[in-house]
Amino acid sequence: MASDTSKLGFYLLLAPILLWLTLLILLPHIGLFVVSISEKVGPRDYETGFGNYAAFFTEPLYWRTFARTAIMSILATALTLLLGFPIAYYIAKITKGRTKTTLFLMCMIPFWVSELVRTFGWMILLRETGVFSQVLQWAGLVSGPVEMLYNDAAIMVGLVYTSILFMVVPLVTTLDSLDDSLIEAGYDLGGTTSAILREIVIPHAMPGIVSGCIVVFMLSLGNYLTPILLGGKDSLWFTGMIYTQFITRFNWELGSAFGFLLLALSSLVVFFGLRLSGRSLAETMGRS
Amino acid sequence: MIPSLPRSNVAKWAYRAYVTLFFVYLGLPLAVVSVFAFNDSLFPSLPWEGFTLAWFFGDESPFIGVFHERAILRSIGTSAFVAAWVSALSVFVGTCNAFLFVRHDFRGKALLYMMMLLPLIIPGVILGISILVFTSSVANTLEDATGLWFDGLRPGLILVILGQFSFITTFATLVISARLQKFDPSLEEAALNLGATRAGAIRQITLPFLLPAIIASAVVSMLMSFENFNTTLMLVGSDSPLTITMFDKLKQGSTPVLNAVSLLLMLASAVLGLLSLLFQKKRE
Repeated sequence: MASDTSKLGFYLLLAPILLWLTLLILLPHIGLFVVSISEKVGPRDYETGFGNYAAFFTEPLYWRTFARTAIMSILATALTLLLGFPIAYYIAKITKGRTKTTLFLMCMIPFWVSELVRTFGWMILLRETGVFSQVLQWAGLVSGPVEMLYNDAAIMVGLVYTSILFMVVPLVTTLDSLDDSLIEAGYDLGGTTSAILREIVIPHAMPGIVSGCIVVFMLSLGNYLTPILLGGKDSLWFTGMIYTQFITRFNWELGSAFGFLLLALSSLVVFFGLRLSGRSLAETMGRS
Repeated sequence: MIPSLPRSNVAKWAYRAYVTLFFVYLGLPLAVVSVFAFNDSLFPSLPWEGFTLAWFFGDESPFIGVFHERAILRSIGTSAFVAAWVSALSVFVGTCNAFLFVRHDFRGKALLYMMMLLPLIIPGVILGISILVFTSSVANTLEDATGLWFDGLRPGLILVILGQFSFITTFATLVISARLQKFDPSLEEAALNLGATRAGAIRQITLPFLLPAIIASAVVSMLMSFENFNTTLMLVGSDSPLTITMFDKLKQGSTPVLNAVSLLLMLASAVLGLLSLLFQKKRE
């Protein structure tokens, strides 16, 4: 297909993608950066400077929220991996045929349901008048209503729930390609379960682990609904802070700086994750 | 470890129990949302007051069902409008991209392909604010220069459509490219030898071959558009799509109407999801 019979056809195909990427991705992000380095000195009067970034580093509430969001996202990623790995292993290695397809599809169910609905479900379960609280009271384990919503644990439950699919799917794919006879050989050679896991299964699953972790971390970092609805007013999630600056405070300059910082963190993690796994972006993201 | 190796029964059952527990965890929130849509009570919580369909069909206050709740019906319409546009645009650009990446070699192809994937790793909130900032500054410049109003560039449905389109196109491109890669170019050459024009061959041979992927990506685009929240939140104007309306209602305190809407949403997604799966099966 190297020779183009019609140059015109080629340019017609090139036009939409260039328009899309330039007008909706490239220019907006350059614009975002430009706004983030402008400081308001008067009505409709701006100066270029890094004041907004300085504000981020000098105001503890801002950078603490940023750090908190990052740490909680790392925690959510680790938890998702820990909980998701046995499930992926079960689907890939223990089950076969119909059961396997069914279980795999069942893992996808949350993806087909709006995040809002999923979060609403957790609210019904966890809140003070919620199902868990009432069941506990009915069972006589607690004497009064228990509030399980609006704390960090609730945020964590929601984050893991939202992103587990993105961990399980790449893990199942990589584990599927692991030949059973390698595990058998490890066993025959006297390897214990933990040794086989450490020496054979986990090294083989590494690409899946890395791409799953990248996606889950990114999704948690950029999540808005789950922390706001399950964490309540004090959830202190960085995306919530960006929203406040943009929509409530109308301080677009500071909001843009926040946005850029979040983007930078997210991109750095993706970059180092890819370096770690030695795979390209296309391989990691293109599959799922 | 694997079925062919001996394992103690305790370990086997513990593993099974964990897997079962996991699927309970997956299903539980969705189950309670669905069940409380039928509870004859003003709050979506226990105790169970009896079965009712009022939250779907009721028209007497306080039991106003989904089908009589104006705000929700209107926002469903808005969402459908947005989803139709997003899906059409994404599939069109995605098909062009597929032909570009599969059929052509050019300088900077690898770079362009990487750029095409970028929307996947940009958080939705950032995508939203960057488009908001950019279009607002374009609108300001244009309005200062011409003295006219450019409402289309202010938060509203056009921006919501553009914002969702900006990342959903990547998914459409990936799905359609994958299918085009499997196409045997000799079929098209045969058509050309038999006297078809280039456009005719693509229309009669290649596009029908791509159709399953095109339909599947249209369905997935629509679903993603319907469910999108983060990008939409930043770009929404006075007409709010369903997710935004539900979010506002959820913050004010929820009635089982939300459960009823959620259940309908789940059913719709399930039907669309099954459809796209069927088409994907047909592809193989």
